Formats: sequence, structure tokens, C-alpha cells
Amino acid sequence: MEKRNSRIGLVLFVIYLVLYGGFVLLNAFSPETMEKTPMAGVNLAILYGFGLIIAALVLALLYGWLCKPAEPEVTERGVNE
Amino acid sequence: MIYEATFEAVAVFAVFVAITLALSFYLGGRAKSSKGYFTAHGEIPWFVNGIAFAGDYLSAASFLGICGMIAFYGYDGFLYSIGYLAGWIVALFVVAEPMKRLGKFTFADALDAKFNSRGIKLAAGISTLAVSIFYLIPQMVGAGVLIQPLLGFEHWHGVVIVGTVVIIIVVSAGMVSTTWVQFLKGSLLVIFSAVLTVMILVRGFETSPGGGDRHVFASAGPVGGRLFSTENVKQHEESGHWPEVPVVRLEDPATNSTSVWRVELADIQQLPPFHESTVLPPEGNWRNKPFVRIQNNATGATTVWSIAGSQGDALMIHEAQLRTITSEGKELVNGVLKGDEKGEPELHPVGTVTRLPDGKDKTGPLGPLEFFRTLQNSDVALWGSTTISDSGGESTVYFQKPTPGSHVLRPGEHPRFAGIRKKEPVEKLNFLSLMLALFCGTASLPHILIRYYTVKDAQSARKSTIVGIGSIGFFYILTLYLGLGAMTSGSLDVTNSNMAAPLLAKSMNEWLFAIISAIAFTTVLGTVSGLILASAGAVSHDLIQSVLKIELDDRQQVRVAKIASVVVGGVAILLGILFQDLNVSYLVGWAFSVAASANLPALVTILFWKGVTRQGVIAGVTVGMTSSLAWILLSADTFTKVYGLSADSAIVPFSQPGIVTIPLGFVTLIVVSLLTRQPSRADG
Repeated sequence: MEKRNSRIGLVLFVIYLVLYGGFVLLNAFSPETMEKTPMAGVNLAILYGFGLIIAALVLALLYGWLCKPAEPEVTERGVNE
Repeated sequence: MIYEATFEAVAVFAVFVAITLALSFYLGGRAKSSKGYFTAHGEIPWFVNGIAFAGDYLSAASFLGICGMIAFYGYDGFLYSIGYLAGWIVALFVVAEPMKRLGKFTFADALDAKFNSRGIKLAAGISTLAVSIFYLIPQMVGAGVLIQPLLGFEHWHGVVIVGTVVIIIVVSAGMVSTTWVQFLKGSLLVIFSAVLTVMILVRGFETSPGGGDRHVFASAGPVGGRLFSTENVKQHEESGHWPEVPVVRLEDPATNSTSVWRVELADIQQLPPFHESTVLPPEGNWRNKPFVRIQNNATGATTVWSIAGSQGDALMIHEAQLRTITSEGKELVNGVLKGDEKGEPELHPVGTVTRLPDGKDKTGPLGPLEFFRTLQNSDVALWGSTTISDSGGESTVYFQKPTPGSHVLRPGEHPRFAGIRKKEPVEKLNFLSLMLALFCGTASLPHILIRYYTVKDAQSARKSTIVGIGSIGFFYILTLYLGLGAMTSGSLDVTNSNMAAPLLAKSMNEWLFAIISAIAFTTVLGTVSGLILASAGAVSHDLIQSVLKIELDDRQQVRVAKIASVVVGGVAILLGILFQDLNVSYLVGWAFSVAASANLPALVTILFWKGVTRQGVIAGVTVGMTSSLAWILLSADTFTKVYGLSADSAIVPFSQPGIVTIPLGFVTLIVVSLLTRQPSRADG
């Protein structure tokens, strides 16, 4: 169960890393792109920024939902002590 | 600006402090054992722990620093919001559950779970202390900054009050009281930020020629300028001698070039507003500046005006504000002694929309996206500042920067982020480095990590992180509205960007100002108590017990932890007073860099790599910590802001260490682990 959780965690982590990395690199190497207003007259900098925050919450909820089934209630404290 | 303590402010503040202290004393009996003191017996419900994460994490820097930065420069402050939140993804997906499984009281416990080594405890304990102290300084400075306008006290009063209240909270019931104070603060901060955001949207935008005190900032012009030739500019730059006229530099973004113009004093004198005044020739350090000082013949008062224009347009002259600290230490405003009551001379509040789309002068209520769309197509007056010292003392000129809304909403306007608009790739490293440190730093902050021990199991750790991400993410979205709302509220204090959010509330009403200021104050309380608890844990649990091998029974352990809390609190008070002039948000970026460089490599490798050794962990933490600290101490930012030296003499090429020192920490850890690896499993 522990292994399964950490594998799900890593997959979601990589998804977010790509989104965040894209944002940072776009800001650094093509700041003009961030000034474009693709939707509702709001520029990409704001849309992408809000998108990242919302994506974080969505991925977090997804993780919580995927990890839920059959989690053993007993903690494994003591294994390494 | 002149701040007067109001009844509302004092009352709300007193109530907040009273509730916090009462809560601590009420909970005092629940933390008699070390398990109670450090981890609240692991019995905090996950939802409460999640909101307490927000209370722990959303520091004065998040609330005051980010809002202030957005209010003065626009979008760039929001980059911090995004980076700070992104770090939580690392915390949730990578660190949360193993941290909970491996550790007991402190971050060092988790690192050391496999090896039981004094060296690891020592290195991790010291890095916890270093990061926490770095983080404490800006929080304490923030407390001092707040208390001045709120209650009319001196800076050091604020620092001492916060320090004392926090010590009482931490000593009375350790993690139990700290958690509930953070829960309270987290909820209040998010709820009232939402209230303030709704009020901003309902108010909409309104054009105005001046700030909240109805002072109209005058403009005059156009005035002609003459272009300096390239050789001429070179000559003046080499000799350091400039003519006695204002010199204006205009940048052309299309060609990435700057043209230098001179403006004749006689031309300025001829403008209608100045017929009864004398235009003073710039002397000393006032030369080679885009400013002109004009003396009123009747009153003798001198005002400063800035000269600005864009490529292709005529130059205009705008009224600026001047604040002088004389060599005798007196504060002058526009050349006259600053008053201390309303109506007497003071700097005017600023921050206005100067033009709205379709020639309107008022928008009425706006939707959440309509808010940005409207601002995108408007013009705003931002304010910049330059310090000039002459025989009369040190003067700071605050001048208008008419800025299109589309620029306010794009990245790269703040000097710290201006590198991303430059051509050379090396200029972009500072930005990349900061964004990397923010991403990696959150999951390495000791005061955040210890919160994983306050819940009962790994599942609760996970759930509380999700609640934390929800509340913190929601708050960070609001920071953009709060910052831009403050920018256009007409209430900004040009001398103090940290006051942007409370002053925005003041432009709504006096009670809201009192509440927001008191919340900002509890913000400091919540974060500082978490930091002190983390430091006290490092001192008593890691350093004294594990490294010095002093046996303590449970009661003694709690007593030592309480003494450590008082000492760390005392140190924090001292540092808060010493570093009172530093900008709050800027030190926090460093704390993240040190945390990420020292702690993250060890955390990640222990979790995911079987080959890690005891020596590797010690080396990784030590090298990561010392290299990032050394980098910071040798950077241009520290040279200018702490040592008062020029930025050019700095030794490292950019200020943010993360992009170099985080990989360095990883490489050291892996190389040393490989070198010290033994064929048998006898290295435990």
C-alpha cells in the first residue's frame, strides 16, 4: 500500500513539475508570451498562474481519492527505531 | 504619512492578544509530557492541522510582503505566491507520509531514523536552527513595522510585544497552544482576505488625480529636451562631471537602447505653474538626475518635480514628493519639518488609476476576471524612489511612474525580476534560481515538517496537507486582488510597501483596518511560535539529548525545551530590532534557499535511494547549508542592503543561490555516499 501511494505520488508530482517548469521557463525565456490575452481579455501570466494554483488543488484531491482505499489504520512506527 | 492610533485599532488588537493568551493558558495543562509539548500527543484532528498548516506557513512575508510588492510593481509579487504554493506539491507527494512514518519529534529524527548517528543529529539540528533564525528575522521585523502605524509605538516595542506573547504561547502549552493559535490565525486570515477581495470587486475602479487625501499631483509641460550625442554622454560619464541641468534617460524597448536628454532650466521656468517660482540649478548629487527643484518665491518652500516621457512623446514634468533626513536626524517633508498630527506637513498617500477604458471615470462592481480585463486596458500611476545625499542630509525623492495597466499585469517589472526581459541568458539565472528554491524549500522547512507529527497517522498527514493546499492556494489567489486593489486604492504609503494591505483596508473603513492589522499581527504570532518550537526541538531533542548524550527524563526534557524556547525567543527579539530596516519579503527567499539546499537532498535520498550512507547525509546537509549561506553573504543583495557596499563588488554572479547550491547538496551527498559505501551492511 505504501509503495502504491508513493508511486501515485511520483506520477502526480511529475505532472505538476511539467506544468510548473513550463510556467517558469516561459516567464524566463519568453516573457512576451505571458503578455498575450488568449481568453476573456486576461493575460496568460494570470491565467497560467491561477491555473497552477487550481491544478495543485485538483492533483492533491486526486491523490487523496486514489490513496484512500484499504489504507491500513496501524502506523508502521517502530520499524526503523 | 502620519499614523494615529485609533480606538478601534487598539481595541481589536487587545482582544486578539487576550484571546490568544487565554487559549494558551487554557490549554496549558495538556502539554506536560515531551510528547505533548512537541507533538500535541499526535491528537490534532486532520482538518484543524490542515488549517494550522496555513497559519504556520502564511507568514508576515506572504501577507504583507507579497501584497506590498504587487501594489508597488504589479504581477511580479504573484510569482512568489505561485512558487510558495508549488512547494506544497513536493511536501504532499514526496515528503508527507514518509516523514510521518520515520520521525518522532523533529526533522532530524526522520533523517536519522536509519542510522542513529550523532553526526546526522548535529548537522540536521544546526540546519534547523539556521533556517529558523533566517525565517524569524523577517517575521520579527514585520511585527515592528506593523505596530508603528497601528498603535503608534516605536519599532522595538512591536518586536518586544510579539516576542513576549509568542514566548508565553510556546512555553505555556508547546505544540498544543501553537496549533490552535495557528488554526485561529489561518482561518481569520483566509476569511478576511476573502471579505476584502469582495469589497475590492464591489468598489471597482475610479479614476483620480491624487490619493485618498484628495491632494492633486500637478503636472506641467510639455517641455523640450536636447539629445546628448553618444560621445558627449561618454565624456560626461568618464569625467563624472555633468552640466547643471536635469538629465533624462529614455529607454526604447524596440531597439533596447537608451537616449540621454538635457532639459534647459529656462524652458522649465517658462511653464505657467512656475512663473512665480525659481527653478534651482542642480548641484552636487542632484546633477545627472531627471529631477528639478523649484522654489516658491512667496513661501520659500522647495518642491521636487520629476521629468519623464516615453520615446517619441514630449517630456512632461510631474510633482514628486521629497523626504529628507537631515544630518541632525530631523525628518523633513518637501523641505519643511514633518508634522505629527493630521493637517500638518506629511507625504501624501498615492496609488491611483489615471485612465479607464472607454473614457469612463468609474466602473462600478466588477467580476473576478473583468477586474483584470479592465485594469489591462487602463493606466495607473505607480511610484518609484531615488535616494540622493547632499550637505543637508539624505533625501529620498518619490516620483510618479505613469504605467499602462498591461505592464502592471506582466512579469519582469520589479528590479529583482527585470533580468527576464534582458537578452543574455545569465540574467535569467537569478529568477530561475529563486523559483527553484521556492519549489524545493517548502518541503524542507523544519517548522512545517514538525507539523506532520501532530496528527495520528500517515493518512491524516495526507489529508491535512490537502486541506493546507486548499486554504493556502485560495489565499494566494486572493493576494493578486489584494495587491492590485491596494495599488489603485489611493492609500499607499510611499515609504513603506509592507503597509499596503492594512492601508487598503483603511481605505474601506476604520474597523476593517483594525481587524486586518490585528490579523497581520497574529500572522506573525502564529509563524513565530512554530519557528521557536522547531528551534527548541532542535536544541533540546537533537543537540542536547542526542549529540551531547545528556540523559533527561520526560519532565526535564520539557523543562529544557521551555528554556530553549525562551532563549530562542530572546534571540529573535534582538535580531528583530537589529535588522529593522530590511525588507520583509526578501529574507524569506533566502530561508527557502538554505532550507532547500541543506535539507531536501538528505530527505529525498533517504526516501528513495538505498545506497545513502551516514557520512553522505552529514556531508550533504553541511555542504548544502554552508554553501548557500556563503553564497548569500557574498551576493550583490547583501552587499548593497546589509554592508552598504556597491553591487559591483559582490563576489557571486547573482543573488539567489538555489540553482547552484541545491544540486551541489545532492552531488555531495551522492558522491560521499558512494565513497563511504561498504560492501557488507555493517555501516548502520
